[in-house]
Amino acid sequence: MDDLSFRLITEFAAPIALVIVAFFTGRFLEHRHFRDLREREAINRGFLTVTFEYEPSDGRVETIGLMMGSVVVSVDHFKRFLAGLRNIVGGRIKAYETILDRGRREAVLRMQAAARDAGCDGVINVRLETSQLANGRANNGTAGVEVLAFGTGVRLPGSANRGTGPAGLTRPAVPAP
Amino acid sequence: MLLSNIEEVPGKRIVEFYGIVTGSTVRAKNVGRDIMAGLKNIVGGELKGYTELLEESRKQAIERMVTQAESVGANAVVNVRFSTSSVAQGAAELFAYGTAVRVD
Repeated sequence: MDDLSFRLITEFAAPIALVIVAFFTGRFLEHRHFRDLREREAINRGFLTVTFEYEPSDGRVETIGLMMGSVVVSVDHFKRFLAGLRNIVGGRIKAYETILDRGRREAVLRMQAAARDAGCDGVINVRLETSQLANGRANNGTAGVEVLAFGTGVRLPGSANRGTGPAGLTRPAVPAP
Repeated sequence: MLLSNIEEVPGKRIVEFYGIVTGSTVRAKNVGRDIMAGLKNIVGGELKGYTELLEESRKQAIERMVTQAESVGANAVVNVRFSTSSVAQGAAELFAYGTAVRVD
């Protein structure tokens, strides 16, 4: 009897408890992270961050160098469990959407922070790359997803954050061979 | 050494091209980090150990690319790209490449 109850605990109760713990902790951490992201994004709103080659028409820019920000994120046990269920019927897996959203926004914020530290006024030609990390333990699926944000950090002539709008935009001239 | 991920270096003029330069590194996760990440995997969110590991590795790949660029006499690398691939279970290759140029 004792042996049976021990087996029940290890085989059913423990994984279920883990999923419940994961649900509450994961949800708490996610809410906190989203709040943190919103606050930092509000601060960075004026920081020039564009996905194309931007050069203001009224002056020369100075290149500071490559700016990067990266983060490895993973979903919690509860969401993994939900996604597993969702896989049966197919359709949208919301649990995985939020984790990728968190990862991308965090990576961009880190890149912006790196650019600020390096004295840039903006980052141009920003690219986002996502790659899956394989796990050493074969049965456990993925270890996480890495998101990398990178772009060219530039200093604009004159004051910081000048000309952040699309107005006055020109394509840079083709460099002489 | 100036790095940019555009076909040019904004504010400078390219005077000479030296061809493709590359840098790569293959890294495996260590056991300590793996255990910590395994625990963190339960509640989800950022896996700091892996973030740092990949950041270090990428830095090294870039360093190797820059060393190669210096050896051919370049002073900038333009159009830098990254690629990550899992070569084996628990190991990842981080690869950086770009075009070595001289700017003035």
